[in-house]
This record gives sequence, structure tokens and C-alpha cells, in this order.
Amino acid sequence: MAHADAKPQGTATTEGQQHPIGIYFKIWGLLFVLSALSYMVDYMQFEGYLRWFLILVFMLLKAGLIIAVFMHMIWERLAIVYAILVPPSVLLVFVALMTLESDHTWFTRITFFAQGS
Amino acid sequence: MAQSASSNTGAGLTLEEGWQGAVSDWSSDQRAFKKVPWGKALMWIFLLSDTFVFSCFLIGYMTVRNSTTVAWPNPSEVFALHVGGVEVPLLLIAIMTFILISSSGTMAMAVNFGYRQNRKVTFYLMFATALLGLSFVGMQAFEWTKLIVEEGVRPWGNPFGAAQFGSTFFMITGFHGLHVSGGVIYLFYIAFKVLRGDCDRKGNYEIVEIAGLYWHFVDLVWVFIFAFFYLW
Repeated sequence: MAHADAKPQGTATTEGQQHPIGIYFKIWGLLFVLSALSYMVDYMQFEGYLRWFLILVFMLLKAGLIIAVFMHMIWERLAIVYAILVPPSVLLVFVALMTLESDHTWFTRITFFAQGS
Repeated sequence: MAQSASSNTGAGLTLEEGWQGAVSDWSSDQRAFKKVPWGKALMWIFLLSDTFVFSCFLIGYMTVRNSTTVAWPNPSEVFALHVGGVEVPLLLIAIMTFILISSSGTMAMAVNFGYRQNRKVTFYLMFATALLGLSFVGMQAFEWTKLIVEEGVRPWGNPFGAAQFGSTFFMITGFHGLHVSGGVIYLFYIAFKVLRGDCDRKGNYEIVEIAGLYWHFVDLVWVFIFAFFYLW
């Protein structure tokens, strides 16, 4: 740690996340548009796969913009980007497992109720 | 040893870029997160753990919704508001979404002005963020009251359909609302620290960025709740 301890305090300002203010306004506007679009999915009463597809697309775009720009992820070094963004990918396995599990539960319930007991 | 722990970021080093940079950062026998202050790294790690908490709730919700044989209540109708004689679907939820996004915008700019060492504007923007957060919590309280008192939704049942609707709704939005409430207190606290000049004395506005990360995360979680609970 000795390399860094030699640094005097109060010089951290130059290392901060300094970006032109315009990009925040652009992302803000985009998030508004995307939110309006995802609300329209409900308002226009889209159904079925089209609805689910649109919901997921707008959700992922919004999440991506927030993480990338507002949370400054695109300006971070890859060491921390990987450390934070890779672990949640195991959640997809969890989702897959619980989908199988809940389908099975649903199936056993249906067979049980069909027997009329 | 400890005197500069919060702001030393290893910035004086020559660092490689790309994935080779990631490998050499991790194998440098030093701190792995170069150019990232400790407070920020720890906030990120906390947010990572919080991601798993909220994911467990949402996956639990998926599981009960997918396994129930009773029809799921239509959120579009349950959360509709009566305005001027017409039922507008999800109106309150849409307003809450826009408010939270706006608060994220003001927060992002507070961080930006923080790094410009602009004490006043940073304070005003953080204060505005906290007020927007407060109005979000207020609307959520209104939503809960309407659902509990007028519609009779309970964690164990409701008049619209599957009983699991109430339990997952109160659990997920309640935990999120708790995060927003905690965030509002956190933001007010940091805003007053900024106004008092703590950051100017210290020479950096790191704490504003760290608070910002938390606040953007709260907004991020709402994006997923909005998509999976209210729209699905």
C-alpha cells in the first residue's frame, strides 16, 4: 500500500468522474421516452409475446442507461465492471430453476384438482 | 497508514487498458479496484448484495405467479385511477416512475456539480432529489392506503384473484419503499454535510457520488419492479 499512502490528501478532485453535463440531460430525456414507451405497452393493451418482448426490451434499455451513464460504469476500469456485473448473471440460472420448479408445482396442483378430491 | 485511506486511488500508476488491464489490476498484489475510492467500491459491493435480495423477491414472485391455478389479478385494472370519469390504467404508477427518473437525473447532476466543487448547486440538486424521493414515498403510501382500505387487498387474499398477489405486492414494493425512505434520509444527511462545507474542507466530493450510486440503484430496482410486477 506504500505507493499510494505517499499521496497527499485533497488531490482527489482530478480523479473523479468529470463529464460534460449535456450527456446527463440526453440520458434523462431518453429514460423519459423509454418510460413513456413502456407505459404505452400497457395503455395500448398489447398482449402475449409482443407485450412481454416490449416490456423486456424497454426495461433492459433503461437499466443499461442508468448503470452505464448515471452510475458511471462505462468510465470505470474493467476490474470493477466485471466484479460487479458478472456475478448477477448466475441469477439467470436461478430463474431457469424456479421456472421448472413452479411449472412442476402448477402441474401437480392441476392433477390434484382434476381428481376432484 | 490510515490518513489518506478514503481518497487514495492509485491514480499515479501507469495502468493497462482492456481485459489485460483487468487481469493485471487483479493480480497486482495491491488494491484491485484502481481509481476507485474505497467508499465507492464498498457501496458497489453493497449494491451487488442488494441486487440479490431484490432478485430473490422477484424470483419468488415469479414462482408463485407461475404456479398458482387461480387467475392473477390484472395490475392494469387494479392500479387504475379514476380521473374525470374515465379509468386511466396505471396512472399513479406511471407518475411515480417519472418522478423517480427525474430524481435520478437531478442526482446525476448533483454528482457532476460536486466534482466541479460547486457547493451550493450540489446542495440544491441533492435537496431536490430528496424531495422528489419524499413525494414518491408519499404516493406509495397513498397507493397502499387505497389498496388496503378501499379495495380490501391483504397479504393473504384479495377480491381480484390469486391470493399471492397481495403478499408479493406488499413484500416487493414495501422493501423498495423502505429503500427509498432510507435513501431520502441518507440524501438529506449528505446534502447538509455538503452545505456545511465538509467536502470543501476534505477537498473532494466522493460522498456525493457514493450517495448517488445508492439512489440510482433504487431507481434501477424500480425499473425492474415496474416491468415485472405492474406491466407483466
